[in-house]
Amino acid sequence: MTLLRNILMRLLSTAITLFGVAVIIFVVIRVVPGNPIAMMLPPGATEADIARLQAQYGFDKSIFEQFMIWLRGVVQGDFGTSISLRQPVSSLVLNRLPATLELSIVALLIAVVIGGTMALTGTRWRNTRKEGAIDVSTGMALSIPDFLWGLVLILLFGVLWPVFHISGRISPALDIDFTTNFYLFEALLRLRFDVLGDLIGHMFMPALALAIPLSAIIAQLLKQSLKETMHLDYVTLSRTHGYGEHHVITRDALPNAILPTLTLVGVQFTFLIGGTVIIERLFSYEGLGNMAIDAVINRDLPLIQGIVILFALIFTLVNLAVDMLYVVLNPRLRHA
Amino acid sequence: MKLSRRSLLKTSAAAATFATVGLPSFAQEIDELVIAYNVNLPSWDPTVGPSAVNPTIQGFYQSIFDLYIPQNPDLSFGQGLITDYGWNDDQTKIWMEVRDGVTWHNGDPFTAEDIAWSLERAANAETGNPIQFIWGKVENITAEGNRVTADVKEYEPTFFKWMSFLTGYVLPKKYYEEVGADGFEAAPIGTGPYMVEKFERNAFVRLKANENYWGGAPAFKSVTIKFVTDAASRVAEIESGNSHVTLEVPYEEFDRLKAKDGIEGVAEPISDIGMIFLNDIDVMTDPNVRKAAALAIDKGLIIERLLSGYGVAIDTMQTPDYAAYDETITVGHDMEKAKELLAESGYSVDNPVKFKIQTTKGFKPKDYEMVQAIVGLWRKVGIEAEIEVYEIAKHYELRAADTLAPAAFYNWGNSVGDPTTSTGFAMFGPSPHSVWDGEETFNMILPLWGEKDEAKRIEGWKAVDRHIAENAEVIPLLQYVQPILHVSGVNVVPHRSGALLPHLMTRA
Repeated sequence: MTLLRNILMRLLSTAITLFGVAVIIFVVIRVVPGNPIAMMLPPGATEADIARLQAQYGFDKSIFEQFMIWLRGVVQGDFGTSISLRQPVSSLVLNRLPATLELSIVALLIAVVIGGTMALTGTRWRNTRKEGAIDVSTGMALSIPDFLWGLVLILLFGVLWPVFHISGRISPALDIDFTTNFYLFEALLRLRFDVLGDLIGHMFMPALALAIPLSAIIAQLLKQSLKETMHLDYVTLSRTHGYGEHHVITRDALPNAILPTLTLVGVQFTFLIGGTVIIERLFSYEGLGNMAIDAVINRDLPLIQGIVILFALIFTLVNLAVDMLYVVLNPRLRHA
Repeated sequence: MKLSRRSLLKTSAAAATFATVGLPSFAQEIDELVIAYNVNLPSWDPTVGPSAVNPTIQGFYQSIFDLYIPQNPDLSFGQGLITDYGWNDDQTKIWMEVRDGVTWHNGDPFTAEDIAWSLERAANAETGNPIQFIWGKVENITAEGNRVTADVKEYEPTFFKWMSFLTGYVLPKKYYEEVGADGFEAAPIGTGPYMVEKFERNAFVRLKANENYWGGAPAFKSVTIKFVTDAASRVAEIESGNSHVTLEVPYEEFDRLKAKDGIEGVAEPISDIGMIFLNDIDVMTDPNVRKAAALAIDKGLIIERLLSGYGVAIDTMQTPDYAAYDETITVGHDMEKAKELLAESGYSVDNPVKFKIQTTKGFKPKDYEMVQAIVGLWRKVGIEAEIEVYEIAKHYELRAADTLAPAAFYNWGNSVGDPTTSTGFAMFGPSPHSVWDGEETFNMILPLWGEKDEAKRIEGWKAVDRHIAENAEVIPLLQYVQPILHVSGVNVVPHRSGALLPHLMTRA
C-alpha cells in the first residue's frame, strides 16, 4: 500500500509540475521579443491585415484568455496547430518522439556499457597503470561537451574514414514503409537487418557523442562506489571463501555499488535527452530536438509549448521510474 | 609490441576496409544526385503560411511546381506555363496565354482553368495567402481556351513580376479540390521538373524526374535533398562524398574544399544584399551623422578581409541585375569627409556621437563580424556605436513596430529585381518592413506605386535611390555571393535568385 500511495503521490506531483511548466512556458514565450505575426507580415501589409493575422492565430486576446483556450484544448488532447508546419502539434511531437527516445536509449546503453566496463576494469586493476589510463580517459571525456564530440566523430568517421552516415536517420533509398515511428525496434522485430544496419549507421555517431560524457560520469562514480564497497566485510568474507577477484567484484560488490550510480544515471538521462537538441541538429537527425530549434527560430509558439511539455513529462516520468527502480533494487527501502 | 600473424591479418583487413569504405563517392558514377541543403522544408503548399514568404525554400517549390512566369538563371523572365502576357491599352485588363500540352504529375491535363483558379485562390483572404495585396488587384478572372483574362481593380505595375516571386505558383484545381489542403500537403503534385517520391520532415525529400516536363526531362532521374542545417555537417557531407552538391558553407571552407581533387566550387552573386537600416530617431535625424556613418565604411575592405572577397559592394538597394540599377549613384569611402561632417554637428573622436546598432550573429555570413568592423571604422571618425545582438525574430517585431535601434544590420532579398520590392518596401514609411519615416522620401515614392509608364516609373525609382544615397537614409553594404560546392561529376548552374535547382544540374 505504501508503494502504491507513493506512486499516486508522485503522479499527482507530476501533474502539478507539468501545470507549472505549462504556465511558465506559456507566459515566457509570449513575453520575450519575437512576435510570430511580425515574421509572416508581407511588405504590403496594412493595419487591417495585421489585425486579421493576430485574430487568426488568437494573439489578439489577453495572455490569460489565450492560456485558458489552450488549456481547454490540452485537456481534450488538442495542443493546437503549428504555425510554421500547419499541422496539429500533438501529432507532430508524437511522430518525432520515437526518434529521440530511440537515440537517447541507445546512447544510454552505450554509456552504460562503456562506463560500466571502464569502472569494472579500473576496479579490477586498481592502483595500476590501467586505472591511471582510465582516469585520464574519463577526465578527457568529461572535459569535452557532447557537440564537440559530435564534430570530432564526424571528422573521424564521416570524413577521414567515412564508415558512418553524417546526417539523417535512415537512407532515403531504402525501400521500407514503417508502421510505427520506432524504426529501430520495428526493423529488429521485422528481422530487416539491412534496415537495422542502415539505422545503426545513422544513429551510431550521434548516440556515441551523447554517450561519451555520460559514460565518463558512470565510470567515475561506479568505480568510486566499487572501491568503497571492496573494503566492506562481506566482500572480504567472499574472498576468504576463495572466490576470484572477478567474481567478488561482479557478484558481491557490484549489486550494492550500483545503487548510487543508478540514481545518477536517471538524473543524467534527462540531461542526455536535453542534449539531443544540439546533437540532433548537428547530425540532421529528425527528432524532437531538431524540431525544437526550428520552432524557436520560427517563433512557433504552439509547437514550442508542445515540445516543452513533452520534455517535462519525459523528465518527470524518468525520475519517477528511477525512484521506483531504486525501491525495487534496494531491499531496505522495499521493506521500509 | 609483438607482431603476431593474427594481429598482422587484423591490421591488413582494417587497412583494406579503410581503403574501400573510405573511397568518396565523388570518384564514382552518379546514379542518384544527393544535395545537402541548408534549410528545412516546413510545408508543401507554396502559397499559404509563413513558408510561402520564406525566400530560402523557394528552390524546393520550384522543383515541384511551376511559377506562373519562370525566371532564367540571370533573373530575366522566361516563358513557362504562361507563354505571353500583358495589359490592354488602357491597362484596365490583363491577359495571359497558357501553354498547351502540359500535364500534372498525376497525368491530368493542365489547362487555363488551373491558372484562373490559382489566381482566384491566391486573392481569397480565407486561404491565408500572404501576398493578397498583389493578387487582390485583379478580379473577374476568366479562362477561355488557352487564354486567361481578368479585370484590373487597381493598377499594379509589378503584377506580372510577382508571378515569378513569392506565392506565384500554379496549383492543380481538380486535384486540390478532390484531396483538400491536408491531402495536398501529404501528396503534393505540380507541373514542375520533379515529382515528390518520399518526404521525411526535417530529414530529406526524394524526388523523381518528371519525364513529361514541358521544359524537357531533367538529367538526374532521382534526386535526394537532405536537410542539413548545420554548416559544419554540410562541409563534411561534401568532403566525405556523402552528398554531391551543397551550398552556403563558410567562405574559408569553400576555398579549401574547391582546391581538393574531385570537388569544384561556383560562387556567383545572388539577389540578397546586406544593409544597415537607419531609423530616423534620436541622432539619426541629423543628416551629418548619417552621412558620416555611410562615408566611414570601407565596403571593399570588409568584403576582402571578412568575406574572402566574396561580395559586391553596393551603394543603393539595387544590385547590378535589378531594373533600376544606376551605376552613377555612388557614396564612396572618405574618412576625412566623415570627420568634417561630424565636426559640423559638434562631434569628434574625443566627443563622439553615440547610438546603438543591432545585428544578428550567424544569421548571414560574418554578419556580427562585419558590424564589429564597421563600429571600429566609425570609432576612428567620432562615432561610438554600441552593438546589440538580437535574433532575427526580434528584428521583425521591432521593424514592424518601427522601434528598431537608430542603426540595424539586416539582409534583403529581391529576386524579381523590381525597385518596389527593394527600395519601395524598405524605405516607404507605411510599410511594416520600413523604419524610415522621412516625408520627402515618402512623397517621392507615393506616386510611383501606380505609375503606368514603365520608363518613367524606373526613372522615378532611380531618383528616389539618388535622394536616399545623398541623404544617407539607409546604408547598403554588399550583394552576397553564394558559395556552391559540387563534385566534379556534376555541372551546376547557379541561379541569381539563390535557389539551388536540381533540374539545372547535369552530368559533367
